[in-house]
Amino acid sequence: MKTNENPYIPYFATVEDTWFETGGERAIKTFKVVFDDEEVRKNWSHRPGQCAMIGVLGVGESMISISCSPTEGEFLRFSVMKMGKVTQALHQLEAGDKMTVRGPYGNSFPLEKWEGKHVLTIGGGIGQAPMRPVVEYVKANYEKYGGLTMIYGARTSGDLCFKNEFEEMARDEELSCHLTIDIEEEQWGHNVGFVPQILLDVNPSPENAIAVTCGPPIMIRFVLENLKKLGFEDDQIYTTLENRMKCGIGKCGRCNAGNMYVCKDGPVFNYATLKEIPEAFA
Amino acid sequence: MSAMLLNKEKWPDFVGKLTGKKLWAPQGKGEEMRFAPVTEGEAPALEYGNTRVPPKQAVFPQTETMFRFQLGGEEVEVPEPEEETVLLGVRPCDARSMAIVDNLFGWEEDDPYYFKRRELVTLVGLACSEPGLNCFCTSVGGGPASTEGLDLLMTDLGEHYFLEAVTEKGEALLKEAGDLLEEAGDDKVKEKDKKIEESAGKIKRSVDHEGVPESLPGLWDDPLWQSVSASCLGCGTCTYLCPTCHCFDIQDEVEGFDARRCRMWDSCMFGEYTLHTSGHNPRPTRRERTRNRINHKYSYFVDKFDVIACVGCGRCINLCPVNIDIVEILRQVKEAI
Repeated sequence: MKTNENPYIPYFATVEDTWFETGGERAIKTFKVVFDDEEVRKNWSHRPGQCAMIGVLGVGESMISISCSPTEGEFLRFSVMKMGKVTQALHQLEAGDKMTVRGPYGNSFPLEKWEGKHVLTIGGGIGQAPMRPVVEYVKANYEKYGGLTMIYGARTSGDLCFKNEFEEMARDEELSCHLTIDIEEEQWGHNVGFVPQILLDVNPSPENAIAVTCGPPIMIRFVLENLKKLGFEDDQIYTTLENRMKCGIGKCGRCNAGNMYVCKDGPVFNYATLKEIPEAFA
Repeated sequence: MSAMLLNKEKWPDFVGKLTGKKLWAPQGKGEEMRFAPVTEGEAPALEYGNTRVPPKQAVFPQTETMFRFQLGGEEVEVPEPEEETVLLGVRPCDARSMAIVDNLFGWEEDDPYYFKRRELVTLVGLACSEPGLNCFCTSVGGGPASTEGLDLLMTDLGEHYFLEAVTEKGEALLKEAGDLLEEAGDDKVKEKDKKIEESAGKIKRSVDHEGVPESLPGLWDDPLWQSVSASCLGCGTCTYLCPTCHCFDIQDEVEGFDARRCRMWDSCMFGEYTLHTSGHNPRPTRRERTRNRINHKYSYFVDKFDVIACVGCGRCINLCPVNIDIVEILRQVKEAI
């Protein structure tokens, strides 16, 4: 049976490389994976903001956001926090091991619509995973955009993802990069303070700009408040939601926030739409 | 649509004509009825109210294998679809529920398991002449002789069954049984219409949903959600046995090296249904779950597919161990808006 006829049959992909972004009990591990089937590899196309169901046969699947931009090459990247049964099994995987992938699922950031605008990403913790492909995509198509600002924070420097990319990012003249941690640390050369506060300090202009945010609910709440203070209109603000999912294709029922299925109508939502959904930030 | 008569004496022969196809009919005792395969040579009796378990199980089994695999292997094997099945004696509300659920399983992307079974199933309906105490189909778009979702409808006229084909599948069945049937004359058509009218008149309960789909989400913080869910035990019966409830879970089962991925009915009334792995639950109590259940049926589904995801079969009312009553909830909703 051809896999694409049955959306529940996953593709097999091989882990090409893997590394830890953070340590501890709830470590975050990044997997760079390549589809085994050449045809799948060629035909696969995802856009920043989309997710995939990844898993281990015999254990299960989890919906994980694709943390690379298609402009980076014919591979996928997932950054997975070790939380439950499936993510623990995923954490066992090393280079050369197989995982299953199906997708890509959900809508994506309307990057074409944003052309000509200044793109501002505001991420917190693992919430940077869906921000990263936006940053990479705009970097790769920089001439089409009005600028790029990235604000990213975590509790401690150890909790920041994608650390190995920061040095290059800081040197990148096209990218205005602002990193922050909640509590002061020795040898930390960047900002100290909560992400919403750093946002106010950076003081981005709302004129011809788009703001995208993802992170813990409490952070999102204050980021939204502060974006409003800075003069951003609701329709200039985007965020991405997550909920428990099983099918990924709008059938199994559980991921709805109000009348929206996060897996199909989301995960990317414009704040003007989202604020009408009472359950969105539940 | 051709209308035919089948003398009840010929019922066993009619059933016999269907040999070769898998037959399902209501079986069991009293309130314990459910659709199950009929042993060959037997002619099922159709004198029953409605089955406790809706016939959705014929197209959306309680548990089904999505594919099999060997642990550590890279091949998956999808089970062959089952053979053609005829469901005898499906109540119009239950057939209509399948037409409603088709919307969801076909939304943008077809669910292959559901539609393979759906194609293989022929639904032979039986109009209701004695509606149940908690039936309210007539107020939610259905009726005791609604043909939506059915291939063939039978109406009990005492000595005869009055048969109307609804689809080509139904026509084909009538053709197959041609020599057992006689044309229904105008008098019989009138008799049938009268019977249906009488039956509809026996339905005592109703839901007034005018304006409800638009206004329901606006009642988000209304105290009614607390009061209507206060006695809920979270058993999930209302949703498991609801013919329009379609939610499922997906799990892997492993025995030695043999493994399968399967899906099984799930319920929005269970806490785990929406529980995040972080421990956060967007619908932490039965209040939020009940609110979602009612909103889904009477508002969200209507937004997406322009039809209420409730056919008024009354199962959730009849079978709720603490007498939570959807008609009463809708009455309170209507009052609050």
